[in-house]
Amino acid sequence: MTDFTPWSALAGGALIGLASAVLLLFSGRVAGVSSITAGLLSKQSGGNGWRLAFLGGLVIGVWVYGALGGSLDQVRIDAGWPLLVIGGLLVGFGTQLGGGCTSGHGVCGISRFSSRSIVATALFMASAGLTVFLARHAIGGGA
Amino acid sequence: MNRQRLAVLSVALLIPLLSGVIFGLGLAVSQMINPAKVLAFLDVAGAWDPSLALVMASALLVMGIAWRLQQRRVPAGAPAGLSAQPAGSAPKAGIDTPLTTGAVIFGAGWGLVGFCPGPALAALALFRPEPLVFVAAMLAGMQLHRAWQSRDRDRDSEADPGADQLKATAPAD
Repeated sequence: MTDFTPWSALAGGALIGLASAVLLLFSGRVAGVSSITAGLLSKQSGGNGWRLAFLGGLVIGVWVYGALGGSLDQVRIDAGWPLLVIGGLLVGFGTQLGGGCTSGHGVCGISRFSSRSIVATALFMASAGLTVFLARHAIGGGA
Repeated sequence: MNRQRLAVLSVALLIPLLSGVIFGLGLAVSQMINPAKVLAFLDVAGAWDPSLALVMASALLVMGIAWRLQQRRVPAGAPAGLSAQPAGSAPKAGIDTPLTTGAVIFGAGWGLVGFCPGPALAALALFRPEPLVFVAAMLAGMQLHRAWQSRDRDRDSEADPGADQLKATAPAD
């Protein structure tokens, strides 16, 4: 259970939008994290430097948040190792099959009114919600 | 260093780095990096925390403006693929089974753990074992998709003549 935090949510979302806007307007690329990550694995796609720079930046951004006095103590990961592995495999496979994740379809796609992205986002949100419902209320008994 | 080389370097690496840093900062500020927070958003039937809907809303607002700006100008040094498209228009490909199946599979994984790709990678900054395990599995899942796809392609390109031959020579019983 977590508290509703509207202001930090709005500010964080604006930063995510700004980051995606910077990459689009000044590099001409779409900030889809799953596609950028998968590009590293593909041998024919030349020029991995910018991908590593962007993904490394994600990590550095969290450190910047800490250096500015932000607290990360509240981060809680309840999933055990089997779930982490299964979840990771599903996320990796599913984002490749579906061509994007929360950033690519959810932020960059919907904001350009792509019908593919709107459908994909509605489906992965529904699927994630159903998974949580089954795990917490149907099987897990309200953990 | 001359100005032209500096400009090329900044477009190639510094802009993506800056974008990544701002993105990671946004994930931390919004707490999307916290799986408990994400799962509380997805748990509509429980003690629902709607925060992440606002993360999405403000990110969409800013990116909506960015697409508008991009329509008016083709950025210097943009990869040919993007600038050659009619600017700002969404890709034409239709809604197909891979898209819908992939989204459902991705959602299931997201709901099991509370990590999607961006936050999982950003959480490597915490030096905890869980994000590392998740990211390793995620990369394996991506690799699995590649292997499955290329095997499918091989089979499709070889199967037809092979299958015909088999049919022609197989005893009909």
